[in-house]
Amino acid sequence: MSKTTTSTTLIKATGINRYYGNTHAVKNLEFELHAGDILGFLGPNGAGKSTSMQILSGSLAPDAGQITINGFDLVENPTQAKQQLGYLPEQPPLYKELTVDEYLGYCAQLRKLDKNTIDSAISKAKQRCGLSDVGSKMINNLSKGYQQRVGIAQAIIHSPAVIILDEPTVGLDPIQIQEIRQLITELGEEHGIILSTHILPEVQAVCNRVQIIQQGELVYHNDMQSINAESQSSQTDFCFREKVNTQLFDSIDGVENIEILDNESLRISFSTDNSKADNAHRQLLKIVNEQSWTLLSMLPKTRSLEQIFIELTTNENSASTESTESAT
Amino acid sequence: MIHSVTLAIAIRECRSLFMSPLAWTVLAVVQFILAWIFFAQIDNFFALQPQLQSLKSAPGVTDLVAAPLFNITSIVLLMVTPLMTMRLISEERRSGTIQLLMSSPVSMTQIVLGKYLGMMIFFSLFILQISLMPLSLYIGTELDTGKLLAGFLSIFLLIAAFVAVGLYLSSLTDNPTVAAVASFGLLLLLWIINTSAAESTDNLFNYLSLTQHSNAIIRGVIHSTDIIYFLLFITTFLGLSIRQLDSYRLQH
Repeated sequence: MSKTTTSTTLIKATGINRYYGNTHAVKNLEFELHAGDILGFLGPNGAGKSTSMQILSGSLAPDAGQITINGFDLVENPTQAKQQLGYLPEQPPLYKELTVDEYLGYCAQLRKLDKNTIDSAISKAKQRCGLSDVGSKMINNLSKGYQQRVGIAQAIIHSPAVIILDEPTVGLDPIQIQEIRQLITELGEEHGIILSTHILPEVQAVCNRVQIIQQGELVYHNDMQSINAESQSSQTDFCFREKVNTQLFDSIDGVENIEILDNESLRISFSTDNSKADNAHRQLLKIVNEQSWTLLSMLPKTRSLEQIFIELTTNENSASTESTESAT
Repeated sequence: MIHSVTLAIAIRECRSLFMSPLAWTVLAVVQFILAWIFFAQIDNFFALQPQLQSLKSAPGVTDLVAAPLFNITSIVLLMVTPLMTMRLISEERRSGTIQLLMSSPVSMTQIVLGKYLGMMIFFSLFILQISLMPLSLYIGTELDTGKLLAGFLSIFLLIAAFVAVGLYLSSLTDNPTVAAVASFGLLLLLWIINTSAAESTDNLFNYLSLTQHSNAIIRGVIHSTDIIYFLLFITTFLGLSIRQLDSYRLQH
């Protein structure tokens, strides 16, 4: 449980397949989760996110494939494997007629916590999720945001190695979303977390690895650092107050292409060679200065997660509809 | 012997039951109906007493008051148990709380036994409440304690069987009403299954019938066959429930 085990594999999933009748909901899902990871599981609605989460949590059996959680096989040693696991389903599994304390006590017992440690586990979970003041309230009387927090408290009460959160911020107000994200980041320091969502800024805010699932298939997988590095592109959008004469820019060495977006704004592609590009920038600004044009904004185009997501999911979409069309 | 997780599930089940008005309503209504019948039986007994005194081996107050009370209780239970058991698993399926159980380090057997135990704790209170009526007769008269205990045993075994059926049917659907109707139907069928076979005493339908076995015990005749019947009945339905939960992970 120490932080030195940062490289241990917490979840190893191989060849997971799941059918619903004729629908192939999850196709050959394979991935690993390491300690200290906050893995964002992205996908459009109906892509198989929740199904994958359910399979990982052991509440749904895959038709094929193997999952080990912290070294325990989910089929062969379900009890030990599930001991390592905290799971918040899409709909928090709350017994609304119980109070928060009663409910968390029950969850702690289900996770086989030692009798002496249950009380401290409850108060720690409540404190982490900001529930300390509502312990004696009936869950039914809590607002949606608080109920969601109770759901998260339930998933972390036994400080499991792996926490699986299925759309934890759905239906919350912006402040609550901020708080939950903060909590997830904190939890990520000690636990491995899988976070399923279709909210992209959320992933960018908290995750250090991203995985995109589309029509049951894993179509993209990368870590946040490389995504941010990749996103630096060679295109920049310029916006001016007045109409500019673009021909003046043509002669600059390092400017590859000029695209006129409308009268006052242009998109300029620079050379990928850094020194050439830097030089081009300098020259370009010099011309702007000489002509005393008013440069209003200069925006480097980035290939954000959102673009990656949209590219992948829409392309795949059309490709797969084509393939099903040709199949039928 | 019982795992602490099983016990935790049982206690949660019981607690949720008593949080709902359903449990209290059932206890109150059943108590009222049975009390009415109890007084009616006592009234009958007083009316019959002069004639009874002339008989040589007359039936006592246990036969004339307690036994009919147990008979009626078993019929009332036939209607009430499905209402109590309908939500055991179907409600968890519907609200999604079953995912908490499924993702916890708990075996399906522990879940089923915990739920069963929780419901039996509730019905033990029920029996306690019912038993106060015949026991109150001790104030004024002598009772056949053996017969009385046999009656309680019969009620207990019937409840244990009813709850097992209710639990199984509740695990089959995520609609509590469907579970209730189905359990009631199955129990009623098992109750009346031997009506056509009333003449011959030795056939399959007679053996399957719940009444056949419970009536014998209420009369004070405790055969090991009857006890084994109930034990088999209960284990069968609990076993089916465990299997059903196991395959639930595969199907849904």
